[in-house]
Amino acid sequence: MIISSLFFYLFSAIMIAAACMVISARNPVHSVLFLILAFFNASGLFILLGAEFVAMILVIVYVGAVAVLFLFVVMMLDIDFSELREGMLQYVPIGVTIGAILMIELILVGGAWVLSPETASLAAAKTPAPDQLSNTEAIGQLLYTKYVYLFQAAGMVLLVAMVGAIVLTLRHKPGVKRQVVADQVARSPKTAIEMKKVKPGQGI
Amino acid sequence: MFHIGLSHYLAVAAVLFTIGIFGIFLNRKNVIIILMSIELMLLAVNINLVTFSSFLGDLVGQIFALLVLTVAAGEAAIGLAILVVYFRNRGTIAVEDINMMKG
Repeated sequence: MIISSLFFYLFSAIMIAAACMVISARNPVHSVLFLILAFFNASGLFILLGAEFVAMILVIVYVGAVAVLFLFVVMMLDIDFSELREGMLQYVPIGVTIGAILMIELILVGGAWVLSPETASLAAAKTPAPDQLSNTEAIGQLLYTKYVYLFQAAGMVLLVAMVGAIVLTLRHKPGVKRQVVADQVARSPKTAIEMKKVKPGQGI
Repeated sequence: MFHIGLSHYLAVAAVLFTIGIFGIFLNRKNVIIILMSIELMLLAVNINLVTFSSFLGDLVGQIFALLVLTVAAGEAAIGLAILVVYFRNRGTIAVEDINMMKG
């Protein structure tokens, strides 16, 4: 019990520190690396909560895909980041104001809120006991039966995002020679071969 | 102090969300950091969903967290693609100039 509490404090402290570094690091590459650290610690929190599947998916999707995508973009674009940082301090007051207002609101909501007594009976899908069914199996049995349409919709979202990203970034430079299969197939001997009468001893 | 309840996790998520909001205001010129702040906010939302799912014994919260994760991944991909196209056209990623493209 005490060990898991200590791990909770460890994970949350590192995660919040890493989040602070994400928004304040001088170099965006460091920001991305701190983002990865924050995600790792969040997945540690998820494991403490007993949600192993979401924790592993967080590591795979965020650290393996999204953060690496960020890293590629930061390194690929040749940007003068010091220019982007100037005048950053002038935004601190409004940022602090809005952040404080939001934090106060969240604290007020968190202080005034209680669980309704019949919450337990309202559960749409009760979590099975971990010794009967592991978290991953339980999620699979729920996701592929009751929520299969949502699952398909998530797949459609990813498909549209993929097509959109390709359409946005694909470009055809003029002057680059490419293989066009249709042109190759459409060639006929009439257009491809030219017969020349060559007089003996003269060349073409 | 050593009993970790629902409110501990909610407090962590609230702090993370606030850091995300603060990051958006702090890095007004740098779209990459703004996108990262949005990812932090979505992570805070996910922590809330998984926390309630775990403490109330309802598995649907984790399903919903997975869907939020999907949307976050798609959003990051599209956002970065737009950023790359913008950088190709203008040679900079300063967001203040974006309002110049009207229509």
